[in-house]
Formats: sequence, structure tokens, C-alpha cells
Amino acid sequence: MATTTGLDAPERPAGGPTFQPLSTGRKVKDRLATVLVVLAFLIAVVPLVWVLVTVVGRGIGAILSADWWGRSLSGVLPESFAGGVYHAIYGTLIQALLAAVIAVPIGIAAAVYLVEYGRGRLAKTTSFMVDILAGVPSIVAALFVFAAFISILGGVQSAFMVSLALVLLMLPVVIRNTEEMLRLVPDELREASYALGIPKWKTILRIVLPTALSGTVTGVMLALARVMGETAPVLVLVGYSQSINFDPFTGNMASLPLLMFSELSNPEAAGQYRIWGAALTLILIIMILQLGASVVSRFSAISK
Amino acid sequence: MAKRLDLKDVDIYYGDFHAVQDVNLSVAPRSVTSFIGPSGCGKSTVLRTLNRMHEEIPGARVDGEVLLDGEDIYARSSDAVSVRKTIGMVFQRPNPFPTMSIRDNVVAGLKLAGVRDKKKLDEVCEASLRGANLWKEVSERLDKPGGGLSGGQQQRLCIARAIAVQPDVLLMDEPCSALDPISTLAIEDLIDDLKKDYTIVIVTHNMQQAARVSDQTAFFNLEATGKPGKLVEIDDTATIFSNPKQQATEDYISGRFG
Repeated sequence: MATTTGLDAPERPAGGPTFQPLSTGRKVKDRLATVLVVLAFLIAVVPLVWVLVTVVGRGIGAILSADWWGRSLSGVLPESFAGGVYHAIYGTLIQALLAAVIAVPIGIAAAVYLVEYGRGRLAKTTSFMVDILAGVPSIVAALFVFAAFISILGGVQSAFMVSLALVLLMLPVVIRNTEEMLRLVPDELREASYALGIPKWKTILRIVLPTALSGTVTGVMLALARVMGETAPVLVLVGYSQSINFDPFTGNMASLPLLMFSELSNPEAAGQYRIWGAALTLILIIMILQLGASVVSRFSAISK
Repeated sequence: MAKRLDLKDVDIYYGDFHAVQDVNLSVAPRSVTSFIGPSGCGKSTVLRTLNRMHEEIPGARVDGEVLLDGEDIYARSSDAVSVRKTIGMVFQRPNPFPTMSIRDNVVAGLKLAGVRDKKKLDEVCEASLRGANLWKEVSERLDKPGGGLSGGQQQRLCIARAIAVQPDVLLMDEPCSALDPISTLAIEDLIDDLKKDYTIVIVTHNMQQAARVSDQTAFFNLEATGKPGKLVEIDDTATIFSNPKQQATEDYISGRFG
């Protein structure tokens, strides 16, 4: 082969075509595999669609009612198809927001440490602890906050305590995601920056983090979406309230999961109505967050 | 501008591994010196010790002296950051900052060092781009991202970025290896221009390139895998390519190995 000039026509074996027709055995296998894969896909999709159809079907009436987004359940009788859940929406959003305000800086700083500075035992321990934290069930996080901040430090049950538990749940997600994003930033960019005489901290702040920004923001929004539906912390750490409470540091505060849980004990049909409405509202909020995340990642993606 | 570089008894290690042994050489101001040699002989390693980029790799260290106009860049009193401001570097693959526009890329070194004066930044931007022979091609789209340029343009953008901080020495680590012949020619012409103002050290795998652009050529080699690399011979480029003193150099440049 090495001596041919490449100009000769390829030699064809004498007698009959070179290519054989597709054998029946392979046709059958191909069909079978296709059917199996499609079936597996359908099995995975059916429950998803089912849940969505059920929640939308039963909840749409509630969320389309005039008062749903603008009123609380204050003074509304259990059997009454009136009132709204804005007190619970506010609770869900403020608890998640407070959690993000605490978890995002700590999480990003920890990821920067692990990727840019971490060597040796401390980094390994930190990384290991993050893995453990990622495996902590939400009820354990909630009970830990109760034990540490309420029993020992003498705090009171409030929305802020819920936020603290959510911080524990968000942190590993934010750290791991940011870590991934920082590792995706090519070392060549860091070196290019060092070669200009830019110190390491400035390189991280002005070159590395901006390059990883969109992925990091997406990760934060996904983490937020995840913790919004957490129920254990709100059950353990704050009392339910039918009316709005703007103060996350004192008093009872509703949130969507907590409202759903408390309406479970409402025997009237209106209870069901509120639960499905709240479920659909929660799904919508989370969906908006995820859409927001994908918009952010599209618009601030590294421009080519 | 344009200072002289001297290496005295330089030994380079990665942890326990002795990467390069006993390098002694001098680079005159306003000249081009090229490092040639087979892969793994340590020429890039030596280049990276010249602006202390080498120490970004954990466990790496340098013995001996690297003098810039007589001042040891490894002295306890010299800060790596200020060394790198004085000795700029262009890398093998073009690496413009992806989040920045062409203008911001060029003046990144100044901007991140705290220069705010917009007029001055614009001036430096234009001068550097002209210096890198890129001004005509990008002057209309300075606000577009640097990643949108062609490979050759990106590399010239990186050169503009490196000269914008006005270093005394410019190191180039195989700056043309990722480029097509036309872009390579553009960069080689540029090196010839830059020689008027800068001391240039370039690593290249392309011996014709070394012959074309450099005044002085250093040939590095290693005896065997696992042994440290050595500087075999350094001389005027013409002498190295026509009448080398060492047999190994002649073997390498005539293509007998490497």
C-alpha cells in the first residue's frame, strides 16, 4: 500500500458485487432495538405527562381565579372557594432568596478555593465534606438547624430558620456546579492573564469568574428551583399562617409546600382546590426559574 | 525598552524530575533568538522560566540565575507579577479573553492594572494593534468579541495584547504552530518589525522559521528519555545552519533525527 501512488483505480474482487444486502437477522435486531428504545422513552415520559396533566387540570381553575395571585387566605373559611395564596408565594420566594443570598457567595468562594487554590489535606477534606453535605436529606438539615439555632442558640422558629436549612441544601449544589464551570475555563486564559503581569486574585475575579459566569448563574437558579419545593424545613422550622407576614425573622409564614400540607387536613372540597392550585403555582414558579436559567446561559454564553 | 537577558547555570526541576540541566546563554537587546530541538528537550520549559511562568506548575523550581540587564528575576526581592509585566509572553495557541471585546483584549493588561484614562487606553489600543499589524483589519469592529477573529488574527491580537503593557522582552512559545502558512508569514514579518523595539525569544519546531526570523539560534537536546535536556549549542543562526560545531546539531538540522 505504501508504494502506490494513489492514482490507480481501487481493485475490485472478481465476480459479484462488493456490497452485500442487509441480512434479515440484522433487520430484525434493528427493529427490536428501536422498539425497545422508544418503549423505554414512553415509559419515562408517561408519568411526567400524567403528573403535568393532572396538576394543570385540577389546579388551573384555582390559579385563574381573580384573587389567587393577589390575596391571602386571611379570614377565608375552609369551605370557601375564595382568597388566594400570595402570602405563600411571598414566603416561598423570600425564603429561597434569603437562602441564595447566604449560599451563593459562600458556595462560589468555596469553589474558587477548591479549583484555584486548594491543595493538600484541607482541599480534600472540603471536597469530601461537600459530598457528604450533598447527601444530607432535607429533614436532617432541618433538624440540624432546629437543634443548633433554636435549641442551643435560642432562636425562634421563623422563615429565616427555613432559609438556613435551605442554605445547607443549596451549598453543595452551588459549590459542585461552580467548580465544574471553573474547571471548564482553560488554563491558557489564566496563563495569558499572568503573562500580562496581572496578579492571581485579579485574574480569578476579572478573567476566570466572568468566563464561568453564565454556567454559574444557571447552576444557582437550578439550585434555587430545587430547594423551593423542599417541605421538611418548612414543617420543622416555621409555623403556618393564613395571612401575609412580610418579616422573615419573626412569626409564622406560609409557603407553597406548607400551605399544601396544612390544607391536607381541610376536609372540604375547597382544600383540594387550594392544594392543586398551590401545586400548579409552585411548578410554574420553578419552571419560570428554569426558563430564566436557560435564557441567562444563552445570552451571556461566551460570545463567539 | 529592550533589555538583555543572561542565563547562568540554570537548572530546572519539576518536583524530583530534573528537566533541564545547566543552561548558559545570553540574548542581546533588539535581537531574535530562537530555541530549536526535538520534542521534550526542555526548550519550552526554559522559555517559561524566563518570565517565571514555570512556577505556576506545582513543584516546579529553578536553580541558577536569570538576569535581565543584570537583575536576577528570581531574586527574593522581585515579584513574579512585576517580572511578567516586564517580560511578556505569546502562547502556542491563540488565547484571547472570550468575554472581552477586541479593544478590551488589547488593553486588558493596563485596564486590570488600574488604568482608567479612556483616551490613553484608546491610544495604546491603536498603537498596539498597529504594532501587531492588525489595526487595518479590526479598526472597524473593536467592540466585537476577540473570539470572532481568524486564528492568525487572534494570534496577532494576543501579540498586540502582550505589547500593550510595553514589556522589555517578548517570549513566544511556538506562536505559529496552530496557524496556516499565510498567517505564519504575517507573524514572521511582525517579528521582524518588533525586533526594532523588543528583545525576542521564540521557541519553534520549524527550522526554516528559525532560520528566517532569528539572529541567534540555540539547539536543545536530551540524551535519552528521563534524562534532563541540555543546551547543546548556541550561535549565530547562519553558523548553526551552515557550519554547526556539534555533531548532534548537524544531525538534527539535516533531519537525521528529531
